[in-house]
Amino acid sequence: MAVLTIRDALNQALREEIIRDENVFVMGEEVAEYDGAYKVTRGLWKEFGDKRVVDTPITELGFAAVGVGAAMAGLRPVIEFMTWNFSILASDQIINHAAAMRYMSGGQFKVPIVFRGPNGSAYQVSSQHSHAIESMYANFPGLKVVMPSTAADAKGLLKASIRDDNPVIFMEQERMYGLKGEVPEDEDFIIPLGVADVKREGSDCTIVARSMTVPLALQAAEKIQAEFDVSVEVIDPRTIKPLDIDTITNSVKKTNRLVIAEESHSFASVGAEIAYQVMDTAFDYLDAPIKRISTAETPIPYAKNLEAAALPSVESIIAAVKEVCYL
Amino acid sequence: MAEKFLMPKLSPTMEEGQISRWVKNEGDKFDANETLAEVDTDKATMEMTALSGGTLLKILKQAGDTALLGEAIAIIGNAGDDISALLNEVSTNGGGKPAEAPKSAPPAAEGGLSQPAKSPQPISQPATVPQSAVPNLQSNGGRMIVSPIAARMAADNGIDLRSITGTGPNGRIIKRDIEEALAGGMRTPSSAVAKTFTPSTIVGASAYHDETTSKMRNVIASRLVESIGPIPTFYLTVEIEMDNVITTRKQINATLDDDSKISVNDIIVKAAAMSLLKHPWVNASYQDKHVRFYEQADIGVAVAIDEGLITPVVRGANLKGLAEISAEIKDLATKAKAKKLQPEEYTGATFSISNLGMMGIKEFTAIINPPEAAILAVGGANPIPVVRDGQVVVRNIMSVTMSCDHRVVDGATGARFLQTFKQMLESPAMMLL
Repeated sequence: MAVLTIRDALNQALREEIIRDENVFVMGEEVAEYDGAYKVTRGLWKEFGDKRVVDTPITELGFAAVGVGAAMAGLRPVIEFMTWNFSILASDQIINHAAAMRYMSGGQFKVPIVFRGPNGSAYQVSSQHSHAIESMYANFPGLKVVMPSTAADAKGLLKASIRDDNPVIFMEQERMYGLKGEVPEDEDFIIPLGVADVKREGSDCTIVARSMTVPLALQAAEKIQAEFDVSVEVIDPRTIKPLDIDTITNSVKKTNRLVIAEESHSFASVGAEIAYQVMDTAFDYLDAPIKRISTAETPIPYAKNLEAAALPSVESIIAAVKEVCYL
Repeated sequence: MAEKFLMPKLSPTMEEGQISRWVKNEGDKFDANETLAEVDTDKATMEMTALSGGTLLKILKQAGDTALLGEAIAIIGNAGDDISALLNEVSTNGGGKPAEAPKSAPPAAEGGLSQPAKSPQPISQPATVPQSAVPNLQSNGGRMIVSPIAARMAADNGIDLRSITGTGPNGRIIKRDIEEALAGGMRTPSSAVAKTFTPSTIVGASAYHDETTSKMRNVIASRLVESIGPIPTFYLTVEIEMDNVITTRKQINATLDDDSKISVNDIIVKAAAMSLLKHPWVNASYQDKHVRFYEQADIGVAVAIDEGLITPVVRGANLKGLAEISAEIKDLATKAKAKKLQPEEYTGATFSISNLGMMGIKEFTAIINPPEAAILAVGGANPIPVVRDGQVVVRNIMSVTMSCDHRVVDGATGARFLQTFKQMLESPAMMLL
């Protein structure tokens, strides 16, 4: 298996799907001639040309709408938002059109579109460029929400998303584009949507993490194992919607303790939903109240030290695990 | 992190404890199992020990103060912990009154103590300060705190949660506590007990027929279950020579017309009522938090009717003469048989009498009718040879057994009541006093 960065794994997935299906095309700001703001689309415009890789003006609502129309007409657009912060401008097209169209047309139209880009904080990009907004999109029926945390997952899930006949919100993380991992080279390597992955097996406490908090949770697990001999299981749902609650529930039934680590703000977050579902399905198995680690209730600060203090950290996750384990 | 230390359950029946003395002072460090204070419970003075180490940051209940189970009596944690928020909490909900800080209190704690009204100080240490397991207790305000998995494991393994000391926050019983209990061999004995008999030849299940239970039967069942379950009952039996009662009754009845004649039972009711006034603990009721003493003797008299039994009440039997008691009982019994009794005529007795003597029963025990404290089971008066002044003579001996609610009536209390009762019947003139 090749060792790739998440950036290159995404690039590989796009390239393979463009080759595999003539209806697939990529569209967004700077995706063509500039190779993408984060170089996810590097080389694709040169290789496949203007019809498959399309630069747009700075008009999120406009090109999202063009994408939805193209999908209704039978194409399979992959719309890149330079960050998910900017998708808020296009959210009318995503929520009111892409998500609702299949239902409102009585199934006459399907909308096989992927919206993708980095979600959450980067490095000191401050309050308007650091939102983790998965809970907003996960709230609307008709949208699937995917958040990979490894290179292999990024590739397999993006290919599955492009082949899916429904609109998919595909959320990457700018801090993680350079993370490397082994990636299968099979051109049909697909990770089905809606299947969680146990990133680390353990017996004493479950951490459910996604995107940026997965590597943090894995580091926390190693430290807790070394320092307290507590065995932590780390589960990455990978797909937020549909959510593989069974894998999480089964883990909690084994460990009796749950910490949820997420980059979004805590109020009405995906973690809140997971906590509810675990309470609903595994209440009798809990030994402690579920603990959540989220980003502080503040617009993300610009200052480096304040930004770090606002975001989840290995230390805050360790503290939460100790609390639910009564250490 | 600082935590409230709550009054633990130090005896099975304890509901509150009085701090006898603090062994540790504010600011003192302690290890697991060290004695923090001595507490007077309903049973004895008990040592209150810490289940894990820490520092006594603040005493909320001083020596001499009383605290309910689960009430905060101190704040413990690590030296330097900010306890102002906890102090606010206990002072606003009355969990402990703020007290002057002894000189030995650590500076940080003192700062928080002297200005309890201030908003919580900024936390000087990161939230990742290791949280020590907290000394705790089995119940919190009478309510047991158990994590769901711990409750489930306890149920699966037949462990009585009341036997477990919780080591989680606020005394929460957690999985670890159950695991330790299991490791310590607290598992209940296996149900596979050796058989002590050989089953008899099986003849098949008995035939039966069902009749819908009457409302009265339902009430009898629920009342009696209510009685035999939570009421710790004991029984006192006494033999009473009834010859004087019989003579007295004859004398009285000789003056009365047939409709007004009194029965032995009427005299028993009167004697019981007079005796009750002399023994208020028997004419009482154990309530949850207090004992209720009644001013007069309202005697419930068990009456058998077709569908069961009912106990109409002779109000103020101590105040009434035999003729009135007799007439009232006749009236009530007639109404009972006709199912015409009003609720106020069969509820609210202070004491009950059940007499099966006329049905040939020598002696029996009756079941207390809560919330009464006792019931008298009266057998028949039969001529029996007894020794009087060295001579064998025949006397009419009646056996009565009193069932007593031990929550209010003690053995000697009941016995003294029966002595008086016996005196009244053996010397009926006593009732005139």
